[in-house]
Amino acid sequence: MLDAPRIYLKGQHVIAGDHLFSAELCLPAGRWTCLLGPSGIGKSTILRLILGLETGGDFNGSIQASDDAGLDGRVSFMAQSDLLLPWLSVLDNIVIGAQLRGETPDYERAKSLLERVGLSGHQNKKPPTLSGGMRQRTALARTLMEDRPVVLLDEPFSALDAGTRADMQELAAEVLHGRTVLLVTHEPAEAARLSHQILVMTAKGIDIWPSPKAEIPRDITAEKTLSCQGALLEHLREMTL
Amino acid sequence: MRRRDILFALLLGLGIWQALVWITGAPHFILPSPWRVAQAAYKSRVIILDNAWITALEVLLGLLLGSLLGVATAVQLTLFKTAERLMLPILVFTQAVPVFALAPLLTLWFGYGIGSKVVMAVLIIYFPVTSAFHDGLSQTSQGYRDLGASMGATRFQFLRYVQIPNALPSLGTGLRLAAVYAPIGAVIGEWVGASKGLGYLMLLANGRAKTDLMFAALIVLACLTVLLHIAISKLALRLTKYAEGR
Repeated sequence: MLDAPRIYLKGQHVIAGDHLFSAELCLPAGRWTCLLGPSGIGKSTILRLILGLETGGDFNGSIQASDDAGLDGRVSFMAQSDLLLPWLSVLDNIVIGAQLRGETPDYERAKSLLERVGLSGHQNKKPPTLSGGMRQRTALARTLMEDRPVVLLDEPFSALDAGTRADMQELAAEVLHGRTVLLVTHEPAEAARLSHQILVMTAKGIDIWPSPKAEIPRDITAEKTLSCQGALLEHLREMTL
Repeated sequence: MRRRDILFALLLGLGIWQALVWITGAPHFILPSPWRVAQAAYKSRVIILDNAWITALEVLLGLLLGSLLGVATAVQLTLFKTAERLMLPILVFTQAVPVFALAPLLTLWFGYGIGSKVVMAVLIIYFPVTSAFHDGLSQTSQGYRDLGASMGATRFQFLRYVQIPNALPSLGTGLRLAAVYAPIGAVIGEWVGASKGLGYLMLLANGRAKTDLMFAALIVLACLTVLLHIAISKLALRLTKYAEGR
């Protein structure tokens, strides 16, 4: 199995001299962390910082992995928009990472991943012919194909209908097991189902919110999941008042 | 457009033309009737076809070379940011020079043969193709860029697998413009100095007051341009469909 590292981030993000946010957070190794908070507070920026992408500002601080190795090439991400290339088949979309690095793609592995996300038989289809759920399954298979120990998810299921979303949450929890996952979401229900650790971000900083003890993905109807979801929703509402 | 509509428009055009001939009572060397032009076209069919072939060759060669050059330039501008900063202003500046004014010079440099006309066509379509494709290549969404960066994409592979396919509809737009401009370039080249081609034939007919032949040559030229436009539009539609995964 992968050696998924713990990730520790601490620092301030500044755009053109304006202090945007201070943050300190720890992503436990091989566990799911959900990050919630009002829109525009900087959740996606944290994700971009860990990915090493341009944020339009400066970050004064540090991002460290527990094994002291750099994060370069060890993080993959999945966004709300599936980012599939419409001109490529499902199979070619899954191996796009290898193509972009100029490596020879492993089509056999790609096919087995397609089977794993329930898309066998669709490998030659073009993304525009697929449903939203199938497209996100393809994007998930592409993320798995990268086989990185750290996976960052930016509201990947928010555009799906409720039933498909619940299916995707279960599938993602299953196939990303053992990786260090950070899920940015607006959905208290999603956080209550999928988090080992729930973080709530405000302008002042990041607070830990108690999450249920059960293994993920948690039963939607379980009392502890529902009460966590309810309390979290109440808390988020109070913040926006 | 439905076929019936096209036929109707054609008949309407011919009707207006004939009506003008009747109303103005102009002599045939000023405004020949459609029938007279048809007769002239039939009588001179060999000479018209000969010259049409030359013009078509100039246009097609110009289109091919101009498009290849434009595509290569756009790719190079995208890959090398320094080139982009240096070359883009120069490219825009060269557009301030009317290409037609260069025609005599081109004839001097490349001779009376098809060479100078091909160069003329190349010059006139080079910028629209370059600028349309370069715009398309620059418009890769931030999402794709992030994905590429997180996957460790090389610049060249990203261009090949993401930017170029994504820019194909823009290239189609540039090619459609080029298909309209290329015949203009070739014919102007022929006007300035040539021994063959539809533009040359038109000047020749004009000089000998054979206005009916001039009209015939003009109509053949228009038909060539329309055919080219249809063909390139089909190609452009294909490029767009490919990029959209249809």
